[in-house]
Amino acid sequence: MDLELTREQKQYRAEFRHFVREELLPYANDYDKQGFIPRSLIDKLAEKGYLGAVIPTAYGGLGMDQVSYGLLNEEIGRACSSSRSLITVHTSLTSETLLRWGTTAQKEQWLPLLAKGSTLAAFGLSEPGAGSDAAGIATAYLEQDGHYLLNGVKKWITFSQVAGLFVIVATGAAGITAFLVERDTPGLTVQPLDGILGTRASMLGEIHLKDCRVPAGNILGRIGWGLQQIVNTALDNGRYSVACGSLGIGRACLEDSIEYAKSRSQFGKPLKDHQLIKQKITNMVADVKAASLLCRNAGYLRDKKNPDYVIQTTLAKYFASRMANAAAAEAVQLHGALGCHDSLSIQRYFRDARVMEIIEGSTEIQQIIIADHSIAGLGAVL
Amino acid sequence: METAIQTEQTATIREFLQQRIGAEIAFTDEEDIFKLGLVNSLFALELVLFLENTYQVTVENEDLKLEHFSTVNNLSDFISRKKGL
Repeated sequence: MDLELTREQKQYRAEFRHFVREELLPYANDYDKQGFIPRSLIDKLAEKGYLGAVIPTAYGGLGMDQVSYGLLNEEIGRACSSSRSLITVHTSLTSETLLRWGTTAQKEQWLPLLAKGSTLAAFGLSEPGAGSDAAGIATAYLEQDGHYLLNGVKKWITFSQVAGLFVIVATGAAGITAFLVERDTPGLTVQPLDGILGTRASMLGEIHLKDCRVPAGNILGRIGWGLQQIVNTALDNGRYSVACGSLGIGRACLEDSIEYAKSRSQFGKPLKDHQLIKQKITNMVADVKAASLLCRNAGYLRDKKNPDYVIQTTLAKYFASRMANAAAAEAVQLHGALGCHDSLSIQRYFRDARVMEIIEGSTEIQQIIIADHSIAGLGAVL
Repeated sequence: METAIQTEQTATIREFLQQRIGAEIAFTDEEDIFKLGLVNSLFALELVLFLENTYQVTVENEDLKLEHFSTVNNLSDFISRKKGL
């Protein structure tokens, strides 16, 4: 296993950091307060190619390797988890899954648009009555004259307010199946959802489907294999993005805490010279480094298409999302009252970190998966 | 009659399954690992990656039939067909 970044990967990272410093960090708190990211930012992400980062160049993407893509998610996530969540749903959940399992016609129709960002994509799995229990979805499809009628409600769908293409997972006679559904399909409406704790600018919505008629050619993957094939692939892709985004939150907490510890004095000396502050920083450094290695390892295996990447990505997501919460809690504590106020980003990191343990498979679901995998054999885990 | 390549193929597939299911779990080359409840929700994804990575084949939508993946022997036959053996 070679975890050293190549020259190209280092160049990518420098480019991502420059973009984040110029275009994201100064504005992320405002996006969080206003509850959306502006179209101008989405356009800038698209211009840089970041929305099509891992889409092959033949379809207009950057053809980026997975380690570099992890760095992109880390750097964007370091500044703005809402922007990172756009990349998660648009690129990881939808575009990468379409690339893997879409038909030639589906790929030729959608991937160039998704790579350019002229169409944004969202993934419709969760429902009011189905979260971790994805098999319990109630949104239904009914075959009719070679078409499919979709009826149901999808909830908590990230960037559904602006997406032009949805993957909708529905149940029916042949078993759970995924469909590509365009926004302008008659019967499809999106109601914005406000009031979320973290990633407040991720433009959540509720998708209502009432007799939405889609052609058979819009089935994504094999009919009846929606869970095993499409949802599993999409969530695995999404977990890598969320793992690296969580690493970014942890790094933000650590870096901001070190800066504050240098500038703030109490009891006649800088915070950095207090032993308990050193302890907090040491714990954060060790955890951030460990998460970084898990994410890098997952990316390395993903590039090699080694089947162990599935459990290693799960492990990275599990550890990094919990690490982000621990680091954010320590960062708030270290900043005191200021850490609780919206004049700083710390409170946003604290709220955003909470979401990371819920999306793309909750911490509890990851625990079941990792434990079962480990009990069967530790070979692919350690 | 099974060729040496197919024999090795079967052994490699069994080794992968045994790693994922547990070394101490006994099942024959004809037993349906899905019906026996031996695999978790991520297994299908890992199995497809294993087959593609090990045998340099691409699993397509039309290949996704439970009977292709249900037993060691079926998996081996599936790979043989994909590789034109």
